[in-house]
This record gives sequence, C-alpha cells and structure tokens, in this order.
Amino acid sequence: MEMPKPDITVLDRKSEIVQKLLKVLPKDAVIFEERETHAYECDGLTAYRCAPMIAVLPSTTEEVSAVLKICHAEGVPVVPRGSGTSLAGGALPTEDCVILGIARMNGVLETNYDDRYIRVQSGRTNLSVTGAVEENDFFYAPDPSSQLACAIAGNVAMNSGGAHCLKYGVTTNNLLGVKMVMMDGEIVDIGGAYLDNAGLDLLGVICGSEGQLGVVTEATLRILRKPEGARPILMGFNSNEVAGACVSDIIKAGVLPVAIEFMDKPCVEAVEDFAQAGYPTAEAVLIVEVEGSDEEIDEQLSKIVAIAKKHDPVELRESKSAEESAAIWAGRKAAFGAMGRINDYMCLDGTIPVSELPLVLRRIGEMSEQYGLKVANVFHAGDGNMHPLILFDANKPGDLELCEEFGADILKLCVEVGGCLTGEHGVGVEKRDLMSTQYTDADLDAQMRVKDVFDPKWLLNAAKVFPLASSDARRSA
Amino acid sequence: MTQTAEQKLADQVAQAHSNGQKLRIIGGGTRQSLGNTCDIAATVSTSDLNGISLYEPGALTIVAGTGTPVEDIEKALAAEGQRLPFEPMDHRGLLGSKGTPTIGGVVACNISGPARIQAGSCRDSLIGVRMIDGTGTIIKNGGRVMKNVTGYDLVKLASGSFGTLGVLTEVAFKVLPASEATATIKIQGLTDEVAVATLSEALTAPYDVSGAAHITAQDTKDATTLIRLQGFKKSVAYRADKLKEQLNKTGDISVVTAAKQNAMLWKTVRDVEAFHKTQTAVWRISVAPSDGPNVAQALRNMTDTQVVYDWGGGLVWASVPYGTDVRAALTGIDGYAVCIRDQGASGQSVVPQNAAIAKIEQGLRAKFDPKGILNTGIMG
Repeated sequence: MEMPKPDITVLDRKSEIVQKLLKVLPKDAVIFEERETHAYECDGLTAYRCAPMIAVLPSTTEEVSAVLKICHAEGVPVVPRGSGTSLAGGALPTEDCVILGIARMNGVLETNYDDRYIRVQSGRTNLSVTGAVEENDFFYAPDPSSQLACAIAGNVAMNSGGAHCLKYGVTTNNLLGVKMVMMDGEIVDIGGAYLDNAGLDLLGVICGSEGQLGVVTEATLRILRKPEGARPILMGFNSNEVAGACVSDIIKAGVLPVAIEFMDKPCVEAVEDFAQAGYPTAEAVLIVEVEGSDEEIDEQLSKIVAIAKKHDPVELRESKSAEESAAIWAGRKAAFGAMGRINDYMCLDGTIPVSELPLVLRRIGEMSEQYGLKVANVFHAGDGNMHPLILFDANKPGDLELCEEFGADILKLCVEVGGCLTGEHGVGVEKRDLMSTQYTDADLDAQMRVKDVFDPKWLLNAAKVFPLASSDARRSA
Repeated sequence: MTQTAEQKLADQVAQAHSNGQKLRIIGGGTRQSLGNTCDIAATVSTSDLNGISLYEPGALTIVAGTGTPVEDIEKALAAEGQRLPFEPMDHRGLLGSKGTPTIGGVVACNISGPARIQAGSCRDSLIGVRMIDGTGTIIKNGGRVMKNVTGYDLVKLASGSFGTLGVLTEVAFKVLPASEATATIKIQGLTDEVAVATLSEALTAPYDVSGAAHITAQDTKDATTLIRLQGFKKSVAYRADKLKEQLNKTGDISVVTAAKQNAMLWKTVRDVEAFHKTQTAVWRISVAPSDGPNVAQALRNMTDTQVVYDWGGGLVWASVPYGTDVRAALTGIDGYAVCIRDQGASGQSVVPQNAAIAKIEQGLRAKFDPKGILNTGIMG
C-alpha cells in the first residue's frame, strides 16, 4: 500500500510540536515516545502498520480545537481516530502525523425521551449508547458488528451500518446533529434535536466523509422505543439462486424484516465446525428476523414460511422462544470468528443489486478456483451488502498480495453489475485505489472540491478515500 | 431519461457558464415560489428528462429522470404494491400554483410529508443522483444500491440544495412496501400542550407510529389530534387497540379504519389544507417536538396565529398575517423557520445561517457553481 512520503520538515520539528501540544494538553494526553506511539500503528486493517509521529488524547472539544489550531498553523497532518476498529484502514497513521484519538470523550451529555434523542461525546461506543437508554426500553438503531468497541465518532465518519439497517437505516439516517472542530480549530454546530435543518445538508456530507472534513466531538442521535419482541426464522435452500429468489419474493410480498442474513455453504460448514449451531447442510442458509408483538411476529413469519415453501426449502426452523432465537443467531454471530479459526481472512463489503446475487456468487466461486483461495460468503441479503471472506495465509509469501488482487476483482465485479465498492466499511486506504472503477475523474473531483472547502490545506486524513494520483496536486499544494 | 437530453442540458449550462448567464431551473413549476427570489436571465427545463429508467420491486429500488411526474412514479410503485417512503407533499394547494410536480423538484427542495417521522425525509430515501454542475460537467454520486459508503455522500448534499450545486438530471430511491392497512387514532379537543404530549407518548410506545399530527382550531374542542399506524391488517388492529387503550385518558377518542377516509385525513395534514384558502402568510418551523407548543404560544402572543403540527410536534406550520416575521418566536429555541408563502414576494424567505456555516455553504456553492449562475440567491 503506497502512502505519501512523510514531510521531513514536519518530522524535523517533532520536539517543537510536542512542546506546543503540551502547552494545551495535560502531560498524559500527549504520546510521543516511539515505544508508545506504536500502540496507534494500525486499526482493524492490521495488514498495514505505521506508527504516527505523535498521538494526542484530548478530553474536551476545546482541547481538540487547540490541537487542531497548532497542527493547522504548523502544517502537520492529522489522522482522527475513534476506537480504531476500521476494517478499511480509516485510522491508519502516516509517519509524519498526529493521531487525534477521542477515546477519553465518552460521556452522555443529554437524554430526552419525549423528543427521542440522546447527545453524546463521540468517543462513546456504539453499544453503550443503547446501554444508556436501555433501562427505559429505548435503543440506538445502527448496529455494526463491532458495536461493542467502535466509537460513534468512527460510525459518523464511516456512516456505519449493521444487520438491522434494512428497517432502521444506517448512521446518516439516525444522526440529527454534530459538534465538529474544523481543521483550523473553529468549532461549529450543525443540526440539533430537530428533524429538518436550514440551508445545505452539511450533516449529510459530513457523515461518511471518513474524518476528512472535521473532527466530530459530539453527536445528537435519534433513539427509538424497542419493539415488543423479535424472532428469527432459519431457512436452508439447495442453491444460492433459490435463496436469492426467496429473498426477493419476501420483499415483494410487502414484508419488511428487520434483518435478512445470507450464508453460503463454505460459511455454514465453517460455522458448524466452530459453533455447532445445528445449521442444516444446505447450499445457502437464510436467517430472517421480524419484530412486533407475539401475534404480529407469528403473522409475519407465517407469510414468510408460505413464500419459502414455494422455493422447496430443505429446512425451515421458526423460533418460538428467546432460547431458540439465540440458537439461530449463534452461528451467524460466530461466522467471522469461525473463519478466523481456519485462516487469516480479508473481509470485503461491496454492495450489489439484490437481483444480481446468483450471478455474483457464481462468479466469486469461479474466481476462487482461479486464484486458489477459498471464499465464504456471509452478508445482509435484504440490501445486497455482501461480505465475501477470502481466506489466505499471512505467513505464506505472496498470499496477501494474491488475496488483495482477488478482492479487487470481486469489488470490480460488484461495480460492474451496478453496485458499489463498499456498503458500510468505508474506503479508507483499502479501496482508495479502486475508486476510479466506480467514479470518473469528474465524479471524484466533485467530492474533492468538498474537502477543499472544509480543509483547504488537505491536512485531515488526506491520504485516504481518493486515489493518491487524483489527490496529489491538492495534497502537495 | 436519455443521455442526449442530459448532454443537451449540460451544453446549455456550459454555455451559460462561459457567458455568465444566470439560469433558473424549472421542473414542474409547482414550487417556484419557495426560497428567495433569484436573478434570472434564462431558464433550464428538466422536461426532457422524463421517465423511469429502472425499477426493481424485489430490490426496493427505482431510478428516474428528474422531469418525471411524481404521479407517474407513485403509480408505477403502487402497481407493485410499493410506495415512496417519505410521502412527499404536493405544494399546489398551499402555493396556489399550477403544473405537474416532478420528482426532481421534490429532491431539489427535499420535500417530505407526515411519514418523515418514521421513514425519514426525501434525502434519507435518496440513494443516487446525476447532476450537471455550474460549469456544465456531469457528475454522479451514490448509485442504485441502498447501502453505499463509497466516497462522500453528495447525494445528501444535492437533496435540498435548490439547484444551487447543480441541475439534477437523474435520481434513485430506495422504496418501501405499501401498507396493507392503515388505522388512525383520532382525538378531539386537546390543547396544544396536551396534544403534543400525547403524540410523544404514542411515539415512545412500541407501536411503530407512522404519522403524528395535531390540527388546532379557534375553539379547542374542534382541535384534532391524529396518530397513524400502518402495516398488515391484524397487526394494525392490534396496535390501534393497544394504543387507544393507553391514550384513553383525555378527549374524545376514536379509530378511523376505512382506507379512503385515512387517505383523505393524511392528505389534509401532508398538504397543510387548513391554510389553502386563508389570506395569510405561511411559515414552516422545525424544532424539537416539545418546543412546538412554545413556539406557537410565542406566535399567538405576537399576532393572530393558526397552527398545524406534524412530525409529533416538531414541524409547526404557522399561518400568520401577511408580512409577519415569525423568527422572533424562536428566540431561545433551537431550530429554524422559513417562509413558505407571503403576499408579494418579500424576496427573502430563507433565514441567514450563522457566519461559520454560511462560509462553508458559500464555499461549496463557489466550488460547484463558480460563476454563480444556478438559481442565484435562492438559498440566500
């Protein structure tokens, strides 16, 4: 992975910059010893590592502002970091950067049930947002798999999704407002506890901008009342095509499940070895979850069963209790762990039109044979967000490169059939150089023009999202 | 939409860019009076960008040219038992305008209706756009899949930009299944405070409310509070029972189940029919729901005011005498107000933003429309 050459003039001034930072931050919030900065050398994309020059851990928005003012004046690149769980290398440092971690800012600032929102500091983890309102039977809907660890700051940066977004939407649909510090240190409030905002939808473009437009320090989030209950049904089919057709028929019939999860045979086998969830031996397994009261759930499940039966399922297992629900979900939730047990893996997240599912799965199978690398597919079928897991051996020379090449081919296929490179993980460094397969130069330039406005010096997380060649003129200006 | 039609428009914009000619973008022409008065030398019409180019019911997605009538899209969706999630308002009655609303106008103004409280606004359903920026360059962003975080979300930025960042040519939406049944819990005689508290109680119950409105009246006993439930028949009946039981403390409560009556009721709310015939100015105010009654009270203290609440109280439609500036009523309350209708254009219906935000907005407009030729001044 190519990264821009570090700015020697910045590296040369390291001790000077550290001194300036120490004037605005407590001593324990500035990390600059080499043995300590290594703690920040990578995020969830562990294949790439680079220790930052300095890491800072501010505790207030004002401290964030003070740090950014210094970095702006000194021309120091800044890489914001939430919990560091990005699978796309969104928080990967450069050698000459300051990592700005917001983990110390994790408080709840305000909870309002009547108006259905919560205001939190952005270092708070996703799951602990729900944790803060759960006793009153409320929840925060977006549920990325990393929700135990990932921070709201990262969720906002990557516009994170989750298994339940078919019904509840992704981060951008549940974000009402932010407090954000611009690269020059200016603090701005955008949106708030109300639904529509005046002027251009800046909140909409900030969400998903991968930390390139500003550092979000507070977020106002929509909270929802929990449904009375939820139960899944597990279905097994003899082919991916049939399972795909069943998904499409469920949606066409007017049922809107909260989640439709799809696992192919290699995935099911790995899961069975690992978690013994009792999944059927089938080419494809679907888990469909619906919500409501017991009667409402029964009504929806009976409609789903009727549709599934037309597709000759090899297994239909309707959950009747909390225990049975947990058993059905156990395998799906263990999927990534199960794959990790077999080998190293790379997780992709291209999205495709649901109608292209059979074609794409067949092509991935063919490519898997060509590359000689195994693939298991587990994904959110309702919205076409795929998660092919390519297995490789990190200790085998050349295997990572081969895996990356294979991954790139899968993502190109996703774009070719009308989909996109990433549905919920973000571009980061991982998919940066593939952006040109989805977007023309003019399309990319339009996006970069937005960054020009928010961060004219291109200091914030600048080596991400856009192919280096496309952003070079701006970064080195 | 044909590529030639799009290219023709791009050529027109490129020409205007080189001449510095100011363009007014016209769709169906039913919402032309929204926003500030703009400088116009010529018009650019989306009427040739007409037609649905892709509709996949099984994938819940539809793509259409921006000149496509909203009605055509709604008809195509209805034929497959689906709908636009955000229930876009028809402005003709309120603005006294003629013409055929287009989907491009809906997106450019980010128009949503009562369902916004549950299903989000237009921008939340919008998953892809094609547009021509102020230099005549064709740009695409997003696509036709509903989960997409590939690059910046210019789709959101375009929605509600009133054409100032580009001429929208094609839009893609995620859609939803239409509901098999609808029930509306109707309560008569509540004061604003009690009504909004009741809406809040309904919205914080686990019954998936898809509409929460309150129409005030001169005499409180004629005020109507409406709470909508949608979905499968049995489920709607179950939730309506439960909710009615829970809310059965105040006022005269009943449940409307007939489909036609429900459609009429919610069209009344969606299109703000209460103010169609009044000789008054109409403002649209967005606040936290519990602030809604405070804004209304402040307005009543100022002048003769009628109010319709939607979105659980968070959207306040205020009818006030011509020439009233309702912004004074928002002192100390977070939110914003925009004038939708007044006698003779005051020319300034958009509220200025604070300086930092205004600077970002101006910067963005300058990047997408460097010569300021697209709907110049419409957003202030």
